[in-house]
Amino acid sequence: MRILMLGWELPPHNSGGLGIACYQLSKALSERGADIEFVLPYTAKHPGVEFMRVNAATPQDVKEVMKSGMAYQSFKYIHKNGDVKELGMVDQTRIYEHAVGQIAKLAEFDLIHAHDWMTFRAALRAKAITGKPMIAHVHTVEADRAGKEFGGNPLCREIEETALSLADRVIAISERTREGIMREYGIPSHKIDVVYNHFDPTVDLNFLEQVDGADNAYVYLERMRQLGYGIVTNIGRITIQKGLTNLLRAFKLVHDRVPRSLLLLAGAGEQRDELVALAADLGIGDSVIFTGFQRGKRYGDTFKVGDVFAMPSFSEPFGIAALEAVAYGTPLVASKQTGATEIIKNCLTADYWDTHELANKITAVLQNKSLGEELSKNALREFDVRSWHDSAGALWDIYSQHTQEVYA
Amino acid sequence: MKKAIVLYMHVHQPYRVRNYTIFDAGVNHEYFDAPYEHGTSNERIMHKVAEKSYLPTNRRLLKLLRAYPEFKLSLSITGTVIEQMEAWAPEALQSFVELTKTGRVEIVGETYHHSLAFFYSRREFEAQVKEHEKKVKEIFGQTPKVFRNTELAYNNDVAYWADKAGYKAILAEGWDAVLDWRNPNHVYRPSYTEKIKLLLKNYRLSDDIAFRFSNRSWAGWPLTADKFTHWLDESSDATNFNLFMDYETFGEHQWDDTGIFEFLEHLPKEWIKHKGHTFMTVSEVADAFDPADSLDIPNTVTWADTERDLSAWLGNGMQTSAIAALYNLEEKILDTKDEKLIEDWRKLQASDHFYYMCTKWFNDGDIHAYFSPYENPYDAFIAFMNAYHDLRFRLAQMGVAL
Repeated sequence: MRILMLGWELPPHNSGGLGIACYQLSKALSERGADIEFVLPYTAKHPGVEFMRVNAATPQDVKEVMKSGMAYQSFKYIHKNGDVKELGMVDQTRIYEHAVGQIAKLAEFDLIHAHDWMTFRAALRAKAITGKPMIAHVHTVEADRAGKEFGGNPLCREIEETALSLADRVIAISERTREGIMREYGIPSHKIDVVYNHFDPTVDLNFLEQVDGADNAYVYLERMRQLGYGIVTNIGRITIQKGLTNLLRAFKLVHDRVPRSLLLLAGAGEQRDELVALAADLGIGDSVIFTGFQRGKRYGDTFKVGDVFAMPSFSEPFGIAALEAVAYGTPLVASKQTGATEIIKNCLTADYWDTHELANKITAVLQNKSLGEELSKNALREFDVRSWHDSAGALWDIYSQHTQEVYA
Repeated sequence: MKKAIVLYMHVHQPYRVRNYTIFDAGVNHEYFDAPYEHGTSNERIMHKVAEKSYLPTNRRLLKLLRAYPEFKLSLSITGTVIEQMEAWAPEALQSFVELTKTGRVEIVGETYHHSLAFFYSRREFEAQVKEHEKKVKEIFGQTPKVFRNTELAYNNDVAYWADKAGYKAILAEGWDAVLDWRNPNHVYRPSYTEKIKLLLKNYRLSDDIAFRFSNRSWAGWPLTADKFTHWLDESSDATNFNLFMDYETFGEHQWDDTGIFEFLEHLPKEWIKHKGHTFMTVSEVADAFDPADSLDIPNTVTWADTERDLSAWLGNGMQTSAIAALYNLEEKILDTKDEKLIEDWRKLQASDHFYYMCTKWFNDGDIHAYFSPYENPYDAFIAFMNAYHDLRFRLAQMGVAL
């Protein structure tokens, strides 16, 4: 089975979970026997991708396309004649579409598999050129990113609606996302399959990262834990969708009851400055720690150092970080709007807007060691019965249906 | 009738916190040792300021002191800038010592660490004033007789304290709101005090030099010593013109090519041309004139911004929570008697750290007016708080209950 896989990022050049999900899914698919040509919108070295071919879709006169800024936002084009040009995301999707069109004419493949709206125009063009079946894999819909039903950028919505209507099959990463696709774009439910993401702690995503020592990188926090402090952690992009202002307000309530507590926020994003100021205004400026973007050992250690992982996203199509927390044995408190809670039942939940209930749940875990232990032990059991191979197997079946089908 | 120019300049550099992360906390206890090429490198900034400001300005001041027996000035020099000159620019420190050797340069007392301790801990404040006094005596052979609080932060309480501590005079901003119908060109007496005199900065004349000097759209541009002394001459209701400013005005805030040094070189000659015109140091002016009136200033005034209050340092939640957290450690830190720990804690008290966290101008988008080694006030806060967390870690390692 030869797959033209269209993605927007791969580790170590990922800004979020999408890159990691694409990487792990492709790896499991290749172990299953898939021959994958993975096309990215930028040029960079990717160690640890021997199991597939990784290509950059760039226009002919361009020497290099670099990702710049945070979170998928912008790209720097370095032309062969030395000119440098910065492009935003929508322009970038057009250039990507054009370049993928060139690749589609030359490459040989049986099926197109595209991840999220940025690659959907390209997927449609590849389908138009080759007539091969196209699978649209939805990690988030625009309404999720905007945090509002029927909201978001109309351009993105138009691309999603068109591509999901024309796709041969749609994959949603959770029930929640499937419902979103049906609600936002009226795609019939029988055209959508739910294939859950997974997290494989045995896959080393550190790549080039120096792993320094066995001790946790958060020496200060480990010391505070010895002194009886409870650590609440969250990791991810610092953006509206993640509900972090509510987490700060909830943590203020927690801190009033458990003064020996600290909140660790690892990540970068446009909301950081606002959160730094808000923490100070709430009077917990000395108890909230901002680390900036982390990867490698420090990334993993962020989960490990936590006594509770709190993820109160407004809307989380899946939320791979929830699974990572479980894999690291950290009890999970998540919003009811988090897709991962569909498969991890042994966690505490609250509505994202309910800061009192969030605080209630977080406080409970910090104050009761046995509650935390029970949660993490049982969640780990739920986690262990799943793997990327299940996801790859489900996808393989879908691939087969579309490549073996006899069309009239 | 005698008229004096009272030139007072403030010399200070803080120990800026490097990009100190949570991964440093508990591992590396050095907060102030940024690599030389970084914006927060104290060594690099000291080299630059010494070369652009301290050395060329002192060279000219010494020349003036030698040429004109009437020329005098006053300086306040913080402990932290003295230390940094000792370490990285000993020739600059020596040039200040040369000035004081003329006997016509008076050193003003203040906190060693350029802190706002007066408003948080009287015990710590007094310890820092003592420490500064000792350092000034050691380096310059003088004991300060006039006091200025950090950022000229002043109210009745500060005056009362300085009076009881035996100072002759105290410096403050001559802000219109506190002066009412009066002008700053006289000596005043703080309410509720008996002996001390109050010297108020003439901010209009001071800012003509410190801020407007190079501004080509200002009606007074170009400012010459001749023109400036003429303005002073026009004020008949005056005994003393208090020109208070940052020392770095010369060569750093106003660069050499603005003509600031030529202005300085011509000022004494132009001023003393007229009979009765002279220069005085801050204690001389306090001795020379009786108070024109007493001034009741219950609310704190400073020399910063149009608000002239503490809002540049303590105006937002980051600033107030950072400073409160720091002073909350006071007893625990002092009880350890660990000199390095106490010293690091004191270096973190410099008002500059809180100034870097100011969001007033940042919100206006006018980030160029914002003089800070950090990219934004939030980065300043995060680096500072990580250092604070490390102080806690060090206390915990010593077995101190947190």
